[in-house]
Amino acid sequence: MGIDFAKLPVFFSVLIYVFFLLYYISRAKKGEKLFLRKISGIEAVDEAIGRATEMGRPILYVPGLSSIDDVATIASLNILSRVSKKAGEYETDIIVPNRNPVVYTVAKEVVKQAYASIGRPDLFKEDSVFYITDSQFGYAAAVCGLMVRERTSTNFFMGMFWAESLLLAETGASTGAIQIAGTDAITQLPFFVTACDYTLIGEEFYAASAYLSGEPILVSTIRSQDAMKSIIGFLILLGGFLSLIGKVSIIEFLFPK
Amino acid sequence: MKKEIPIFIVFFIGTIGFLQYFFIGPISKSVYTLLLEWFQGVQGMAIVMAVISLTKRHLHNLKRKKDTFYSLVTLSSLYGMIILGVFFGIEKGSTFDKIYEYVMVPLNATTFSLLAFYMASASYRAFRARNLESTLLLLSAFILMIGFTSFGDMISDKLPSFAQWILDVPNLAAQRGITLGVALGVLATSLKIMLGIERSWLE
Repeated sequence: MGIDFAKLPVFFSVLIYVFFLLYYISRAKKGEKLFLRKISGIEAVDEAIGRATEMGRPILYVPGLSSIDDVATIASLNILSRVSKKAGEYETDIIVPNRNPVVYTVAKEVVKQAYASIGRPDLFKEDSVFYITDSQFGYAAAVCGLMVRERTSTNFFMGMFWAESLLLAETGASTGAIQIAGTDAITQLPFFVTACDYTLIGEEFYAASAYLSGEPILVSTIRSQDAMKSIIGFLILLGGFLSLIGKVSIIEFLFPK
Repeated sequence: MKKEIPIFIVFFIGTIGFLQYFFIGPISKSVYTLLLEWFQGVQGMAIVMAVISLTKRHLHNLKRKKDTFYSLVTLSSLYGMIILGVFFGIEKGSTFDKIYEYVMVPLNATTFSLLAFYMASASYRAFRARNLESTLLLLSAFILMIGFTSFGDMISDKLPSFAQWILDVPNLAAQRGITLGVALGVLATSLKIMLGIERSWLE
């Protein structure tokens, strides 16, 4: 068994990232307050849940169509936990239709645990988190039907989406629901931006869970992302400069293909 | 211990998956295959849970007389297909195959086709010149749409290459910015879960 040397830059990047992560966590543990810019999509989550409560209608949460091995699904389930807690505090129903059987079982536990953590396990309804089908458009049709029949007032589309994104978002917009989407699928972002009230774009989607929790340690992880981004920005500039002066060999040495 | 054991399992499996990525050779390959096989096993068990969930929800609907028709269609389709598949086979030309071919596939295609209509309504909303950004978006979309048709070439032979430049330079720059953020977000989320910093899934 040998080491894949082509992947060494990835390995060192992860190590540098872990260093930043631990550094900012230690700063957060010391009680230092870290500033985060406002993200309107995340700020609107509370308002959207409140709206559903006022209208006495349920919230729809779609955890994407991908499987559990997709990090976007994991991020979505983290957000689902925060949203479920808020929904529980406001005593508002939440509907979570699933496409993947494994995601369904995890989502069910996440919602159940969220209600239990706020001391309201009685609010959890067995059939609020359910499986629909593995078929992409079968799922899209079923969720569109749910939006129309249940008259959901708030729709969350968080996770990985493909061609069905616009079908879901446009149907939701036609029912007059307030819609918040979050995805890292670049090709689907324009559809969500057009049809939803708020869209969490790429990294905002991954930061949402930490942002919603407000816990200093989780917030500090976003700062480590920013620090890493600064390094990548510097490397891009350096690479651009080296290319400009014709020193491509240095880039090839640092980042072998 | 209720929290520590799941965190340890996630850390252990995550670390194996992480290290496996950097090694080449038969051991690394067999570890990867083993992890995939385990995942398939979990997936298989979860399907049973999922079918039970679907059945329970629709039986509940039937009891409450809520969306009775839809629930009847769902349950009869689900169990009808299972019975057909188990007792009469799924090979080409069987009733199971015919229903899939002549009902399921056209239904999927119909739902997919709806996208064209939704795109038209979404485009109408997106391409309204309300402010500077939306005007720029409208202009870019206009140049792209005209540029990639033969009509664009008739207006000016430079229009198609300008349309391509919009795609390759400003559009790609924005996409790469998002991709970088996504990659860091994926890494951050993975590490947060592996190290037990993010625990919302087991609170």
